[in-house]
Amino acid sequence: MQQILSFLLRNQNTLLFLILFSIGFGFTVESHSYHKSKWISSTNFLSGSIFGVGNSVGSYFDLKETNDVLVEENLRLRDELERYRNTTSQNTTIDSTSFTSPYRFYDAKVISNNYSKKNNYLLINRGSKDSIKPDMGVISSKGLIGIVEESTTNYSRIISILNSNLEINVGLKKSNHFGTLNWNGESPYFIQLTDVGRLAPIKVGDTIITSGNSNIFPKGILVGTIKTFNIDQSKSYYTIDIELFNDMTNLGPVYIIENMAKDDIESLIDTDNTNE
Amino acid sequence: MNNPIIHIARFIVLVLIQVLVLNNVNLFGYLNPYIYILFIILLPATLNQNRILIFSFLIGLTMDMFGDSGGVHACACLVIAYLRPLVLRFSFGISYDYQTLRFNNIPFGARLNYIVIMVFLHHFVMFALEIFNISDILTILKKTLFNGLFSALIIVCITILFSRKRI
Repeated sequence: MQQILSFLLRNQNTLLFLILFSIGFGFTVESHSYHKSKWISSTNFLSGSIFGVGNSVGSYFDLKETNDVLVEENLRLRDELERYRNTTSQNTTIDSTSFTSPYRFYDAKVISNNYSKKNNYLLINRGSKDSIKPDMGVISSKGLIGIVEESTTNYSRIISILNSNLEINVGLKKSNHFGTLNWNGESPYFIQLTDVGRLAPIKVGDTIITSGNSNIFPKGILVGTIKTFNIDQSKSYYTIDIELFNDMTNLGPVYIIENMAKDDIESLIDTDNTNE
Repeated sequence: MNNPIIHIARFIVLVLIQVLVLNNVNLFGYLNPYIYILFIILLPATLNQNRILIFSFLIGLTMDMFGDSGGVHACACLVIAYLRPLVLRFSFGISYDYQTLRFNNIPFGARLNYIVIMVFLHHFVMFALEIFNISDILTILKKTLFNGLFSALIIVCITILFSRKRI
């Protein structure tokens, strides 16, 4: 007993080091798997409010640019609205009670943005208080941004598309071929698309949009354009580099998409699985 | 110099500067200086090694909390805190063993040596854990080299600017 105690005392620094290191290593391993890193997170009150204060100062610097982006988006939406009004012109009346889309939008602001690491997260200033829940989609006026991973009362953490753990189903705009979007961790301006079949008609400059196969994003959210592509002979699938429409290094206002029909769809899929 | 208030203040100031300013530098897309390890570098040499480990773990964990990086910074900080006595003895030689160390009285070369070793150790462990894939060893080394040079440069500048030596 005496010897054990003296051994422990003699090596107390090494033991303390090993204990703390295994705790830290545990956090690290946990953070490398999607949807797992709940322990050490920036959504708590302290870091959230510090980022909030930092952002309230910093947001003045690119106020002009943000305004330009918003004006551009307003213009596009106004254009679409006008076109819609013209097509459904005089003879129809819209019953507003049955005029429901399954998607509801919330606004939010990015208060902390990361893009230089391999697994990046964003923090936004909306939380469960504003009915933000995990697994909602996040977009900006220019395109896809990510998926809500965790939300506390006032803040939510978003798993960015620039995160090598995230995979999103996207497809070509001009045909119904789709594949998996997954970042390789290199440039924040380019993202990789794999698993597109060999027969898909692909050209440089084609637009990539969300496919609507997942029940997080509606069909047609813009992602980017094809920059380069090559085909893996052994696999007969394309590997495509996509240039993002979004500048992920400079994000301001974003929108969060809630799919109201999600529970219905999921329960359908569940009953399907149990029947089989 | 060994007043605990100074160290607590340094902890808070370094974390705030790191989180609000330096994590957003992203020079050439991926270069960020990590200067918060200055806190570990400047902890007094006479302090109990246990406490050094605990304080280093705390500052690392704080950085992880802000950066959503799991336990990457905490592990890297622990490694340099654990190896600190070795690095101190290697860089400063005999004066460390007699516990008469005063950071500002050490010749510049030895100080530079100490800072550079600590920075590169920290960055290597941090990027290795962040990327967590042995096949990306070249990326890890590249990031360690460039970020390390950047961090070391800024840390050396700060220690020169804020040195208390009367001229």
